[in-house]
Amino acid sequence: MELFGKVNVDWLGKKWYFLSFSLIFSVAGIISMCMHYAQIGSPVPLGVDFKGGTQVQAQFQQTPDTNRIRQAMDAAGIKDARIQGYGPASNNEVLISLPEQQNESSLDAGQKQISDALASRYGNPFKVRNTSVVGPTVGKQLEKQALLATLYSMLGMLVYLWFRFQLIYGVAAVVACFHDTLITVGAFALTDREISLTVIAAILTLVGYSMNDTIVVFDRIRENLRMNRREPLPDLVNRSINQTLSRTVLTSGLTFLTVLSLYIFGGEVLKGFSFALVVGILIGTYSSIAVAAPMLVAWQEWRARQGKAAVLPAAKRARV
Amino acid sequence: MKKNLNGKIALIVAVLAVFVFGIIGVSWIPWPGQAPKPLLQAMTDRVHLGLDLRGGAHLILQVVVSEAISAETDNTVGRIQQDLKTANLSFSQVYKPDPNKPSLIRVEGVTPGKGSDVRSLLETKYSTEYDVNGDGADSSYTVTMKPTVVTALQKKTVQQAIETIRDRVDTLGVSEPVIQEYGLGDNQILVELPGVDNLDRVKSIIQSTARLEIHAVAGGPYKDEAEALASAGGTIPSDEEMIQGTGTVGTGTGSDSVWLLRRVSVVAGSDFRSADPGTDQNGRRNVRFTLTNTAGDKFYDYTSSNVGQSMAVVMGGHVREVATIQSAIRDSGEITGSFSPDEVEILSKMLRTGALPASLTYLEDRTVGASLGQDSINEGITAAVVGVLVVMIFMLIYYKGSGINADLALFLNLVILLGFLGFSGATLTLPGIAGVILTIGMGVDSNVLIFERIREEVRAGKAASAAVDQGFAHAWVTIIDTHVTTVVSAAILFIFGSGPVQGFAVTLTFGLIANLFTAVYISRVIFDAHLNKLKPGDLVSI
Repeated sequence: MELFGKVNVDWLGKKWYFLSFSLIFSVAGIISMCMHYAQIGSPVPLGVDFKGGTQVQAQFQQTPDTNRIRQAMDAAGIKDARIQGYGPASNNEVLISLPEQQNESSLDAGQKQISDALASRYGNPFKVRNTSVVGPTVGKQLEKQALLATLYSMLGMLVYLWFRFQLIYGVAAVVACFHDTLITVGAFALTDREISLTVIAAILTLVGYSMNDTIVVFDRIRENLRMNRREPLPDLVNRSINQTLSRTVLTSGLTFLTVLSLYIFGGEVLKGFSFALVVGILIGTYSSIAVAAPMLVAWQEWRARQGKAAVLPAAKRARV
Repeated sequence: MKKNLNGKIALIVAVLAVFVFGIIGVSWIPWPGQAPKPLLQAMTDRVHLGLDLRGGAHLILQVVVSEAISAETDNTVGRIQQDLKTANLSFSQVYKPDPNKPSLIRVEGVTPGKGSDVRSLLETKYSTEYDVNGDGADSSYTVTMKPTVVTALQKKTVQQAIETIRDRVDTLGVSEPVIQEYGLGDNQILVELPGVDNLDRVKSIIQSTARLEIHAVAGGPYKDEAEALASAGGTIPSDEEMIQGTGTVGTGTGSDSVWLLRRVSVVAGSDFRSADPGTDQNGRRNVRFTLTNTAGDKFYDYTSSNVGQSMAVVMGGHVREVATIQSAIRDSGEITGSFSPDEVEILSKMLRTGALPASLTYLEDRTVGASLGQDSINEGITAAVVGVLVVMIFMLIYYKGSGINADLALFLNLVILLGFLGFSGATLTLPGIAGVILTIGMGVDSNVLIFERIREEVRAGKAASAAVDQGFAHAWVTIIDTHVTTVVSAAILFIFGSGPVQGFAVTLTFGLIANLFTAVYISRVIFDAHLNKLKPGDLVSI
């Protein structure tokens, strides 16, 4: 069985379509993030890991009624409780959150109060499945750590690619990764999902995965460049992409299927994580073809227009 | 040309055996004299489950180390005042001017002309731990704790807090508790207690002050209560009480003893600041301890009027140690007795952990209920199994005979990955299971790379074995590049992440390393074995 026998698509010719596609989604994501920022003070909804506060996950025997729960909270004097359903409706699970406190000492009371209020003022028997109480110190620490981790990760890969290929390859790959991260985070903003620490882990993974994919294309470009110095660069890059297309689509497809399995069967706790990977894998594959490769060619042509020598040893496209 | 694969096959079998051992250990084999464990239990014993899969409590505490520093410098303030008085050097005050800088002490109002005397006194006595500054021009000097000493004290305070918490958590009877330093040097402690779901009880236990007291000994040791009563003349005086001693305390015999102690304690739990085992000038083992300032005064009064008498250390309602007062003790002293090495350790620990060295603030607590943990396990495993099946079936359809090769490599990859986990004692968390699922996807990538290349070579007209050779050779470079970048990303996740995220980084890294062995080496051997059987001109099934 063979899906991609003889492929001969002019990928670079389509670069303007790709650019518009990327721009539309990036801008949509950015607009959504700005709107979120105006509403809740952060570009994406943040999980309790980052924003701090108290969160109680309760599973009820009968279908929970959010209004009655809120009444119970108010009657018990618990202000600003946020109540939302969690997971598929058949689970009867509810997430009750209290916002972050300024200092750690007032955090503690919240969790017990919520349980007591539910037990005494709302008749539905329930079981507490999970509680989190996160102080502001830890939340800020985590934000800093997550940001640092992402930056170091990209820096590390830039250096590695510089070492194995040339600087422009590294830059093109990192730009593609930024593009992927932006669109994935934008997807969270657009679908109003929370970003927790495990989601950050997923984002770092997809950075690695997108790099993976980009490297496969770059490897082939480098190999073809060694063998064929007379071919114009755009043609060579197109050929490289076509040659690796079969592998790219297959691997991405298979990895996508496993991650999809995680999204569907893996349970509520990993939903954010698997959503990030589902979006990330698709976009990561796309970016190797649509962002990284065209950047290489564009850089070459820009240098040619400046009159500098070709960095990538291949002929320029002949002007006719 | 047929290759000799026997050596390679032997190597593969050996490696696999090692990793299967990693998963199941040997506890399921019926060794003589030991009942074999059921296989499933042997596996789950070796692979540790994280809190999010087992259920339990997770706390992050901050040790307020400034309190410990403050206590130490308070002590020094007292000593400086004492020393200046003894040397007849007058001063107006010795104090700490800035509550936010507990390591800074000022000596003010020194008589002009006596400045250099004051300075040399301060330097002689305190320069190992403090920097003395100032030239007496405004009749004052500053004594600042050296930064290295401050850091050392902070570290020690955190360690002491960890020890104390561990001691107290032990009373909860939790199996495999985790109590360790946490984070990047901010004096934070992580406490993880699997199976505990009542956070309030945990917190109250941690905050409690163990009941440790020192009492004056009125009489003893007695063999039993009757003897003690008899020696007191039939009734125990109202200011005394009868306490049991444990084991060899004071008597050197193995049986319990009874003591008559003064009811009111001389010093108790929170009065102790530290205690360490040591030796006195005769080489005998002792316990050196320090008390807080106020307790020091009390203790001084008591000990100076009771030299030669005994005092008893009472903990949890039992006499644990009895020692003789050698001399007046203010705030640091030694308890000497005929201690064994173990006994000095235990006694020091009891005194140290009798009180927390500084207060703790709670930065984060979470509890995961056991039912959620179990659900997470079930869901994670379902997703993993579905993922593996989908991939395996696809590989068979798409690559036919070679698909079997890839599926076998994938299965062995998982075996080695689990073996790694068993050996390293790493914890499997829910994101860790996700890491396994991702490993499946990325592992199959290597196979796809190789197979696609082989197909290309076959299309270009190469013979079977040449095509396989070229396929592996070209794909190898790409496989290395992609694996290194993902491992770099996982390493960074490990450094900056915590708990569950680290679990993910660990399984991903192990999985990728295992993949290098299975997708490249094992696949190659299987291909070669297959090629050995082919007649010239036959095609590879791919």
